[in-house]
Amino acid sequence: MSDAHTPKWLSAYAIGYLVFLYAPVLLLPIFAFNDSAIINFPLKGFTTQWFEGLWTTEALHSAVRNSLFVALTTCTISTVLGVCAARASTRYHFPAKRGIMGLIMVPLVLPEIIVAVSLLVVLIQLGLDLSLWSVILGHVLICVPFSIAVLASAFKNFDRSLEEASLDLGVGRVATFFRITLPLVAPGIISSLLITFTISLDEFIIAFFLTGTDATLPVYIWSQLRFTARLPGVMALGTILLTISLLLLILAEWFRRWSARRSGADLESGTGGLY
Amino acid sequence: MIELRDVHKQFGPVEVLTGITADIREGEFFSLLGPSGCGKTTLLRLIGGFDEPTSGSISVDGRPMAGVPANRRPTNMVFQSYAIFPHFNVNENVGYGLRSQRIERAELDRRVAESLSMVGLEGLGTRAAHELSGGQRQRVALARALIMRPKVLLLDEPLSALDKKLRQQMEVELRHLQRAVGITFILVTHDQEEALIMSDRIAVMADGNIEQLSSPQELYSRPVSRRVAAFIGVMNFFDAQVLAEQSNGITLDVAAFGKVEVPRTQVPGKMNGSRATVGVRPEMLTLLFDESDVSERELIGEVVDVVYYGDMTYYEVRLPGVEKPATISMRNTAGRRVLSSGDKARVGWGTDSIVVFE
Repeated sequence: MSDAHTPKWLSAYAIGYLVFLYAPVLLLPIFAFNDSAIINFPLKGFTTQWFEGLWTTEALHSAVRNSLFVALTTCTISTVLGVCAARASTRYHFPAKRGIMGLIMVPLVLPEIIVAVSLLVVLIQLGLDLSLWSVILGHVLICVPFSIAVLASAFKNFDRSLEEASLDLGVGRVATFFRITLPLVAPGIISSLLITFTISLDEFIIAFFLTGTDATLPVYIWSQLRFTARLPGVMALGTILLTISLLLLILAEWFRRWSARRSGADLESGTGGLY
Repeated sequence: MIELRDVHKQFGPVEVLTGITADIREGEFFSLLGPSGCGKTTLLRLIGGFDEPTSGSISVDGRPMAGVPANRRPTNMVFQSYAIFPHFNVNENVGYGLRSQRIERAELDRRVAESLSMVGLEGLGTRAAHELSGGQRQRVALARALIMRPKVLLLDEPLSALDKKLRQQMEVELRHLQRAVGITFILVTHDQEEALIMSDRIAVMADGNIEQLSSPQELYSRPVSRRVAAFIGVMNFFDAQVLAEQSNGITLDVAAFGKVEVPRTQVPGKMNGSRATVGVRPEMLTLLFDESDVSERELIGEVVDVVYYGDMTYYEVRLPGVEKPATISMRNTAGRRVLSSGDKARVGWGTDSIVVFE
């Protein structure tokens, strides 16, 4: 990118673009520490009262618990399903493979509102109660394609003769899976867990339609936006989420580099290179 | 050592092996040679236990191998990709198979060191897998297989990923290694030169079966069919008519060469009908430069192309009555001229330098 011929206006455009993208995010921490109930400049002073307020809001705590439960369950289920599908699609040939894989990947491009509404109709027709499990069902549906996309590349890079070499050297199938296969696709599995966890955690539309009485975090935040007085608290909550997301991202990238270095793969094209 | 009896293998509707019967002797360097898709790697994988034959039997060291998985066979494999475990270092890779057996730590270390020195990798035990060069990876794969003290070592195109110089060096080294350890080696390769250099015996495969199984010398000088002849080295082919068949030979009318009487020993394959093909290696034809050069028989041709290799010159020479020019190779000895295109050439040959096929 250090090409001397890059026109000046192009770098100006790039900087402008980045400011447009990230400046609003920077407003979050600024107003989270602002000593005023109204989100407005000029700033009034420094306070941590909005954070303290979060500490005592019971509804928020239950929303966080709900969201963590949904996100952890979703990322586990969709990664397990993703491992099965990715392994099958990269290793075996079966009839109508392209069609089946295509159908599994469709939720990637399907508008979430359609998924949400149709699931809602089906669940009600079946006479099932809405609960966190119905949210998990919807989230798994949209998360599995991401899992497959990440894991398929991990399995594709995995040389099958490594497993055969292990067998050949007298090690049984189960031991081979734990000593060779698992360590080598682990970066892909962790990437898949992180991505699907994040997607489920901040997903709103499906959660809004399919949740019963238990709100998830995004649904809770949306409900708070109707009250102006609660806005600084939402800012504080947003700041916390932002910090956690950044930490997760750094962790994921660190992990990817570590595993790429260990396996000697190219840093830029290593497994799970989604970040 | 290894007995293959009518081994068939089918993948879906495709018949990859069509009934292979062969014996591989103890302690020999045996090669499966053929173009890609001839079934040679499939056969190797059947011997190694990575696939089961559709029908027929394989026995190793007198034990039938049906239903015996790869991890319980007295065979070990060097994979084409080498399959070095990327998350282990050299010592861990080489000791991998022994570690799953209950072997004392000191004994394990001793045998790993022994295997590494056998392949010339002393002192590299702590190298990470990704720090190894292509040649070193191949040596690690060899050491990792040999440490298991297999009855048979299977090698799946082990040299194809190496550059030419290294490959030539490894051909010689592998040969020496095989003699030193005395283990039966089975090599799969599509490189005829590699097979000729290393093997005691070669099985040339085509379309899922063995076309010819013999020593390198015999394979080169007495190929049983046109297909084998074309695959091993370069050979010129001439159409011929069978004039008469005697008990000890046949009489042919060969394009450009005229009437030739050939002894039975130069007809290694089956004959069918009155049409035949005569094969002549480029080095079996000679260009006669001076009046003093003489040959058993002579022809006059015209040089159409010259390729100079330094030690050798390859000529394309049009012979009377033959459309395709014949390839003739001449060693560039001191004082010998190099002809150019358009020159008239006297071509000398002898009846003992030709092979007759169907």
